[in-house]
Amino acid sequence: MDKGKAVMGSGRRWAVDFTDNSTTPSSRDIPDPPGFYRASQEQDDSAVTKQKKDAEANWKSQKAWEVAQAPFKNLLMMGFMMWMAGNTVHLFSIGITFSALWQPIGALQGVGKVFEPYKDSKVDLLAPKLVFIALNLGGLALGIWKLNTLGLLPTHVSDWVSSLPPAKEVEYSGGGMPLR
Amino acid sequence: MAMAIRSLLIFLCIQSIAVPTFSLYEDQAGLMDWHQKYIGKVKHAVFQTQKTGRKRVLVSTEENVIASLDLRHGEIFWRHVLGTDDAIDGIDIAMGKYLITLSSEGSILRAWNLPDGQMWWESFLQGPSDSKSFLFVPTSSKADEDNTILVFGKGSLHAVSSIHGDIVWKVDFPDESFEVQEVIQHHDSNIIYVVGFVGSSQFDVYQINAKNGELLKHDSAAFDGGFSGEVSLVSKAKLVVLDAARSTLLTISFQKGEISFQKTYISDLVKGFSGMAMILPSKLTGLFAVKTITATTFISMSSEGQLEVVDKINHATVISDALSFSEDRQAFALVQHGDSDIHLNVKQNHDWSSDLLKERIKLNQQRGFVHRVFMNNYVRTDKSHGFRALIVMEDHSLLLLQQGEIVWSREDGLASVIGVTTSELPVEKEGVSVAKVEQNLFEWLKEHMLKVKGALMLASAEDLAAIKGMGLRSSEKSKMTRDHNGFRKLLIVLTKSGKLFALHTGDGRIVWSLLLNSLRQSEACENPTGINVYPWQVPHHHAMDENPSVLVVGRCKPSSDALGIFSFVDTYTGKELKSFGLDHSIAQVIQLPFTDSTEQHLHLLIDTSGQAHLYPRTPEAVAIFQLEFSNIYWYSVEADNGVIKGHGLKSNCDGEVANNYCFGSREVWSIVFPLETEKIITAITRKSNEVVHTQAKVVADQDVMYKYISKNLLFVATVSPKASGDIGSATPEESHLVVYVVDTVTGRILHRMNHHGSQGPVHAVFSENWIVYHHFSLRAHRYEMTVIEIYDQSRADNKDVWKIVLGKHNLTSPMSSYSRPGVTTKSQSYYFTQSVKAISVTSTAKGITSKHLLIGTIGDQVLAMDKRFFDPRRSLNPTQSEKEEGILPLTDSLPIIPQSYVTHALKVEGLRGIVTVPAKLESATLVFTHGVDLFFTRLAPSRTYDSLTEDFSYALLLITIVALLVAIFVTWVLSEKKDLSDKWR
Repeated sequence: MDKGKAVMGSGRRWAVDFTDNSTTPSSRDIPDPPGFYRASQEQDDSAVTKQKKDAEANWKSQKAWEVAQAPFKNLLMMGFMMWMAGNTVHLFSIGITFSALWQPIGALQGVGKVFEPYKDSKVDLLAPKLVFIALNLGGLALGIWKLNTLGLLPTHVSDWVSSLPPAKEVEYSGGGMPLR
Repeated sequence: MAMAIRSLLIFLCIQSIAVPTFSLYEDQAGLMDWHQKYIGKVKHAVFQTQKTGRKRVLVSTEENVIASLDLRHGEIFWRHVLGTDDAIDGIDIAMGKYLITLSSEGSILRAWNLPDGQMWWESFLQGPSDSKSFLFVPTSSKADEDNTILVFGKGSLHAVSSIHGDIVWKVDFPDESFEVQEVIQHHDSNIIYVVGFVGSSQFDVYQINAKNGELLKHDSAAFDGGFSGEVSLVSKAKLVVLDAARSTLLTISFQKGEISFQKTYISDLVKGFSGMAMILPSKLTGLFAVKTITATTFISMSSEGQLEVVDKINHATVISDALSFSEDRQAFALVQHGDSDIHLNVKQNHDWSSDLLKERIKLNQQRGFVHRVFMNNYVRTDKSHGFRALIVMEDHSLLLLQQGEIVWSREDGLASVIGVTTSELPVEKEGVSVAKVEQNLFEWLKEHMLKVKGALMLASAEDLAAIKGMGLRSSEKSKMTRDHNGFRKLLIVLTKSGKLFALHTGDGRIVWSLLLNSLRQSEACENPTGINVYPWQVPHHHAMDENPSVLVVGRCKPSSDALGIFSFVDTYTGKELKSFGLDHSIAQVIQLPFTDSTEQHLHLLIDTSGQAHLYPRTPEAVAIFQLEFSNIYWYSVEADNGVIKGHGLKSNCDGEVANNYCFGSREVWSIVFPLETEKIITAITRKSNEVVHTQAKVVADQDVMYKYISKNLLFVATVSPKASGDIGSATPEESHLVVYVVDTVTGRILHRMNHHGSQGPVHAVFSENWIVYHHFSLRAHRYEMTVIEIYDQSRADNKDVWKIVLGKHNLTSPMSSYSRPGVTTKSQSYYFTQSVKAISVTSTAKGITSKHLLIGTIGDQVLAMDKRFFDPRRSLNPTQSEKEEGILPLTDSLPIIPQSYVTHALKVEGLRGIVTVPAKLESATLVFTHGVDLFFTRLAPSRTYDSLTEDFSYALLLITIVALLVAIFVTWVLSEKKDLSDKWR
């Protein structure tokens, strides 16, 4: 998948350049495919590993950002679905609203796991994580907002006083017309 | 929690946007409801046994019912309930095919066809004055001959043709105060003798030509001693009457053109006579009965007018009219009481010593004394004469006796219910045998398989009938134990006769009945009447080992200042626990909202002098009462004086022996209505045991209105005195109806509204914070129903969510009437097409379920109407949010949806009251309607949202689950096999 994407970026389906221009990296505009080891005699081992690590870190941070931004698309789709569902309470709107609430919550619970593969000492994952969290919180807010528009949030006085019992009366009075 | 309620509310709103009716399918009739037909205490009975065919007895009763009963089983062939003010004065059979009834104090005469009860003709008799009235149908040898019926009513004598009811002639007597006592017509004679009194001391005899009503002769004679009413016609020309002092018998002979009196002192005939005597009304020849305090004496009169005592009976005795059963032979029935049985003797008129029939009948339950006896004869197969007797007992029940046995009995006391309360059934215990009503598993399965068939539309007509039958005699609903949903209860019903019945709500059968000894005539109480029945002890904590009991309150005489009577009855066993006479009168019974440690309810009785008496009389009750002493008030509505008074309590009685349980009253407030402009016609308050779930009413856009929920409110309706009569007696200009809502603690008037051009009668119901009342608008010439809703203004500013979330509000703080809370009222009126006999409202266990009004219509049916029809916030064009809230668009009249008659095809004849009782299941309410008939049903005003319906097929559910499991298993096996074969390939 990574391969394809990387190549597709340049508009082609795929291509393999057999010309060896490894020594002149400035001339090529595409990164090395993974698994391709540049066994150049001019470079020493440490340089090779360093470069390799750099590339990996680079890639990881890129991926992390992609993952962090993924909920945004979700958010848009959710918004569309909510607009479609309308403002009355029925099975569809409730289902959508609850999935809109559940998704961000599930995602937030698994923040660590989502970014696990991109953990690297060199990669700073804080910013993507924050973005991820923020977007998911946005999704959650959207869900709550939807819940509110459906009238299912206790934001009104009426939601709180309905369960209050009637006040007790101090006095008691009985009587009526004389019994016949 | 709030969210759940909110979603529930929304759900209900959505559900109820559809037309809010509950109706039954045809096959559901009789599943939850039962209906019982009664006739009341029989006044007159005529037998119709001459012709071959179905033998019947025609009766008229004190509930103004005329009915034809099957003589074999006691079932009703046909029945008509006349209006409440159309009391029946006499019935008889004319021409062998009509039943003639005289009613409304001798002014309406009707003929009914005997076989089917259709009215044949009706004629209205007019006369100069009100008087005693009676019906006299001359016996004729030929059945088809047109004999005239003689009717005395409204002060004149009418002869009415029995074929078409035309008045043949009419005689007005010259003396207007002439009171006819007897009309005598001999066989084949054209002269009618009319005898009676003018004033208290003049005796008059008129001779009238039977053909044209010509007055032939008038004799009169005065007697110094005066007369005292009852007359016994001993022979064709001799009357016996008591003098004014009721100690001397007067024999009056009148036929030979002159009137002669003959005095006989009762003390000469009856040894040791003292006090007052009474002639028993009977129509025997040559014999009459005199009742004294100690005994009933039978006195015969010879043709010369010689009086002779033939027998003296010390027991209570009732005699029937004479019945001529063959040529010149007349017999009458005499009923006496033994210890637990009654003795029926049939004697011939002229032969006291021998009995035609002597029977002893054992009564298996207490029915009190015999009140009336009617006799009939039949010819046995061996040509001898047999007799049957219809007896009316003290508890208003009707029994047919024949050959020493009770052939059938009817509990007609239930036609006059005066008080209703309910009691729980016993808790199901180990060892209590309920097994016999429970079916075995096979039966259960069979039943459910039938239901499945029904559900899958595979059932044949027979099966459908079987399914319906199963529902009707479901043993589940008539068990004698408490059920989970609280549908099974005992209805404790007090009847006018002083008999207490316990009816099972499941099938309406009588579980036990008890003729209360304390409500029977005794030396201490001459004419006791029951007032009402109240729950006395309702055990919750000790439900397993204590029985609930009810309190029956009565008084010695019908007058309000008579001394009271208390009687406590165990509702499980039907035994009287104790009873005692009170030393004060009873004007009001106030059930206090307190119970003592044995869970007895505290009751406060107000006597006519305004003193309050606390019951139960225990120190503990006084201690509980003293805690709340200063907060207890009572009020009295004096309709005659036009005054409503509020009272507080003082620590001790005035001018009485020191008594810890008696408290004096001090007047706190009074509202005086000017008698010349306003007359109190209705005063009602909320039911003291009503449960309200919430004080808030959520209106459109999640706004809140706070209901003013107070039990201390009284709704009073007054009309102008001119308009207090019938509809039409006053013009719209001079009639007005004013309604008030009064706080009964402070006397403050919360609301007052004047309906110009309206008049009563007003029927009203008060529930939660609203009142709905029914009245007549003279301007619109239509009935109207008006709703008033009362809202609390002092709580209206609780609008901040955060304050409420944090508990900073005054919504649950105790409320005092003295804080003078500001209220607002909303009101709206609608036209209603029916006149109303009673209005009630459904009540549920927690008060969450929406309310329905139950309207007893003039057609003796019960109509359920959603409270949403009576919402003062209805408008012509409700906004979207109002529609969502469930507000209906305003219409000028209330729709009557035929499906919402809860009585469906039945009628509760003579409907008087509708009682609603909450079931344990929140969605359900039990409705008991009483009149001459009884009707009981179970309603679910918001449908059964909290339970599965009764016809839900558990078997179908089980079968579906099993089938699914089997399918899963089979497909799993199949797929395994397929996988295996795929792998081998």
